[in-house]
Amino acid sequence: MSRKIFITPYIVWAAGFIILPLFMILGYGLTGADGKITLENLLAILDAVHYKSFGNSLWLAFGTTTLCLLLAYPLAYILSQRKKRGSKLVILLFVLPMWINFLLRVLAMQMILSNTGILNGILSFLGLPTLKIMYTKAAILIGMVYDYLPFMILPIYNVLNKIDVALIEAARDLGATPAVTFRKVILPLSMPGVISGVTMVFIPSISEFVVADILGGSKILLLGNVIEQEFNLANNWNLGSGLSLVLMVFILISMAIMNRSNSEKGDTMIW
Amino acid sequence: MKRNLVELRNISKSFENTLVLDDLCLEVKENEFITLLGPSGCGKTTTLRIIGGFEKPDKGQVIFDGEDITNVPANRRNLNTVFQKYALFQHMSIEENIAFGLKIKKKSEGYIRDKIKYALKLVNLDGYEKRKPASLSGGQQQRIAIARAIVNEPKVLLLDEPLGALDLKLRQDMQYELMRLKEELGITFIYITHDQEEALTMSDKVVVMNQGYIQQMGTPEDIYNEPENAFVADFIGDSNIIDGIMLEDKLVSILGHRFECVDVGFGTNRPVDVVIRPEDVILGKEGEGIIDGIVTSLIFKGVHYEMDVQAAGYEWLVHSTTCYPVGTKVSLSVIPFNIQIMNKPESDDEKAVMLDE
Repeated sequence: MSRKIFITPYIVWAAGFIILPLFMILGYGLTGADGKITLENLLAILDAVHYKSFGNSLWLAFGTTTLCLLLAYPLAYILSQRKKRGSKLVILLFVLPMWINFLLRVLAMQMILSNTGILNGILSFLGLPTLKIMYTKAAILIGMVYDYLPFMILPIYNVLNKIDVALIEAARDLGATPAVTFRKVILPLSMPGVISGVTMVFIPSISEFVVADILGGSKILLLGNVIEQEFNLANNWNLGSGLSLVLMVFILISMAIMNRSNSEKGDTMIW
Repeated sequence: MKRNLVELRNISKSFENTLVLDDLCLEVKENEFITLLGPSGCGKTTTLRIIGGFEKPDKGQVIFDGEDITNVPANRRNLNTVFQKYALFQHMSIEENIAFGLKIKKKSEGYIRDKIKYALKLVNLDGYEKRKPASLSGGQQQRIAIARAIVNEPKVLLLDEPLGALDLKLRQDMQYELMRLKEELGITFIYITHDQEEALTMSDKVVVMNQGYIQQMGTPEDIYNEPENAFVADFIGDSNIIDGIMLEDKLVSILGHRFECVDVGFGTNRPVDVVIRPEDVILGKEGEGIIDGIVTSLIFKGVHYEMDVQAAGYEWLVHSTTCYPVGTKVSLSVIPFNIQIMNKPESDDEKAVMLDE
């Protein structure tokens, strides 16, 4: 009895807003419009329009994750190297956008990237040719990288920051050049942070659809868009749920793979 | 005469305007166990880090085996360090840790395997090859850190308070272990500690440092028996440091009482510091010694009793195997040989040292 009572609100919340909807999706996904059990909503992923949109989602998620990693790791590394007051400020600058509403940030990106937007304004002011990146995959990619970058920087920075300087000195002491020290000591020790970052960017970006809506102008269909449309426009909850289940299973599998590659290193996850 | 293996010439170093080392000179001979001893902030760790190549001196030179290595990076110095908190690579097994330096030097696999076996045997941890550092105790991890350093056959092993994180019993065991290792390997040890007992137990030579200066250098016996100044006397073991006046050669007045001593050459009627070790004070029945006093505290320490004796306006620290209960009236005397006379500090630096205490 006693303290267990405090957990009740959470259980009620979880039951109403997590468990129940999951079962509803499962129920809708595995039944047809006539209420009979069927797998056709799941197999619908094999339809050309669906697997193409899934391909787009995968492509963008991989692209976003890769770009975020390439941008975040060097930055986090440099910041972790110089333990001065300045690095805290730079980290704050990169994390600051996280505190602003996601939609607002995407809309801001639209203002910057649109054909008559700020970016092209600057380019034409400088006498340079303007760019037509709005409503392309590139625009979506830029928007997504901008949105998810902090989620990659923070875990990597945290892990790098915690690496004991004595380890780096020990490696140097044993004859390792700075490059070898990085490859054999710093990089392996920072892997838990990299994996956390990759997870935190890849998983949400695979079901992304708002960025594609706003910056892609609905021209580029992601699986997230398809699911959204099935629910909101086509009113086909069965198909929407079926595709969601496919996406969910895919996410669970990728998380399991990443978790395993992390636990092999014998470290604890950050999240 | 053994030759100098490491030489520090006029080393100065400051961090953010704080002078940590000032014109430090130090010579370390081949196959010597030398200990840098001092309170935290005395510059001993900085000295070690300069030898290891982790800090660059602002001024001065580091000479190693006859070569100037002041600007040589740490990875190209033929010496290895054992760090205070072991600094083992947690993502590698014990054997990978030990092999780290050898792999970088591109040694053959067979050579590395033999070396790992030899090193683990040397530190009494055979069979631990596949274990992870985290599964070992602090003492075992430190022995692995030592093994990882010595397989590289350095000419000098730098040890930065390697036993600081261990408990007392383990520390004492490891002290003997280190002395045995040094004998077996025949390499030079430069050892850092703030523990005077550790320094006296293990070293061939002790360097007492404070505030970036070397206070005294010598064998453990010299440092203990003939401290050159009040700082050393106070830092190395307990002592009574009392104001005195050197009346003439071999006669000193302490607290108004005349004591015979063996020191000469201080002139006449000259103020001096007198150091008397607590175990050198002889207690006797009232009236039988030089000064009479009264016991004000008594603590049993195992081997001896530690007593405070109020006499002639000074509280004397006394170690004795005979117990005198609190309130007992006693007399104090000291044989001439055990009275150590030191000049009062003259320079400002030395005064600063005194104030710091």
